[in-house]
Amino acid sequence: MPRYFTKDHEWIDVEDDVGTVGITDYAQGQLGDITYVDLPAAGQWVKQGDAASVVDSVKAASDVYAPVGGEVTEANAALEDAPELVNTQAESGGWLYRIRLSDPGELGGLMDEAAYKAYVAEL
Amino acid sequence: MSEIESPDDGAEPIATMTLPLDQWHRARGGRMVEFAGYWMPVQYEGIVAEHLWTRESAGLFDVSHMGQLYVAGEGVEPALEAVLPIDLSTLKSYAPRYSLLLDDNGGILDDLMVTRWNTGFYLVVNGATKWDDIAHLRENLPDEVTMTHLEDSALLALQGPKAVDALARIAEGDVALTDLTFMKGGTFKIAGIDAWISRSGYTGEDGFEISIPAENAAQIADLICQQPEVKPIGLGARDSLRLEAGLPLYGHDLSPETTPVSADLTFAINKRRKAEGGFPGAQRILAELTDGAPTRRVGLALEGRQAAREGAEVYTGNQKVGVLTSGGFSPSLNHPIAMGYVDVAQAAPGTALEIDVRGKRLPARVVSMPFVPHRYHR
Repeated sequence: MPRYFTKDHEWIDVEDDVGTVGITDYAQGQLGDITYVDLPAAGQWVKQGDAASVVDSVKAASDVYAPVGGEVTEANAALEDAPELVNTQAESGGWLYRIRLSDPGELGGLMDEAAYKAYVAEL
Repeated sequence: MSEIESPDDGAEPIATMTLPLDQWHRARGGRMVEFAGYWMPVQYEGIVAEHLWTRESAGLFDVSHMGQLYVAGEGVEPALEAVLPIDLSTLKSYAPRYSLLLDDNGGILDDLMVTRWNTGFYLVVNGATKWDDIAHLRENLPDEVTMTHLEDSALLALQGPKAVDALARIAEGDVALTDLTFMKGGTFKIAGIDAWISRSGYTGEDGFEISIPAENAAQIADLICQQPEVKPIGLGARDSLRLEAGLPLYGHDLSPETTPVSADLTFAINKRRKAEGGFPGAQRILAELTDGAPTRRVGLALEGRQAAREGAEVYTGNQKVGVLTSGGFSPSLNHPIAMGYVDVAQAAPGTALEIDVRGKRLPARVVSMPFVPHRYHR
């Protein structure tokens, strides 16, 4: 299953036409202790680049942009009671939402893991 | 992903300066940010862990960005009383007292601590405002009164219930450190170095503020952190701790737009000054003491987990009744809290209000501060 990354530190795993979206481990490290995640509702349509989710840390609130456009199919209910999963399992159990891609071509503008690693190393 | 709101608005167009402990923080993994014109550590291991450690043990804060001033000379007492609403006739030696620097309209220019040392007064002012404060004082103090900026001094704060255990082990003085009570101070030696120590702070916990020569700061910080009770703590936890303690932060909760009455800091207008006036803005402030101010600083407890932050508007129904000046998630209470100014009609504890966060209305209610009880050693 290919994983893509954005310059804004979101990741998306894509299987068929459904993507699972989260923020990267680098991003959670920068944000610090996450206390709340505002998630989109299933059925909500978002465009690529929309601030579909907000991650609250003790320090600040941060927009999480949609890496692709489409229809949200599911939000990670586990984050309601355990937002710290985004800290402890940013790139697995701390996923934010699933989205049915409206245009898989949008993935073409994202980075693969090697490119993202090189990008973060420069920051 | 991008940060929507940032707490560090102290960035100046001029080059960011370094403090005596700059390398010390970096060597301990402090994440450095610009604050009040200086590079300062926002966190080491994480804000929540540092916050909770301070509440249960002891945390060392570097607050060397703050301005330490010494004011002395003939007529210093009336000169200070002309710029501050303080009654120096009741100020005993070595006992810090909270005061306010006021403009002619009663607006707050800064909040500060004033301590009587032998023949003069030791002032500690906020870092972000110290240059303006110095200019204001130079302009308003008579020529016979000299003001010295103690730029060669560093300032540390050791805060938390075990701060006294850690510091008493290494501080030697004519009186025992353990004999100091809240808002009392004295001169001590730490590792043979002169230190001015007062039992005071900005977290709501028992603790101490420690002024030492900048050249010895790293050595003393090392010695303090070698005590098993102590870890270094960054600005992030400093902010969450002071918010839980209900303590206002200048530049956010206090400004020239706020008065001591609206800010609920009337205790800083000392009794004799309430009767006699004669301080900047007295006309307006004395009138507000009688008639009240239209708005008041209050604490707000939010339901749920989503935090509301500085700038968020406060509503009752469709009517805007206030604005937040601080806000965040409380690590000790495990829910969001905030501080802000609301119309006096909405300021009573228990009042249900709503806070607008990005178009969403978060339910909140007015609560009395502190949010977390103070544990001062009185």
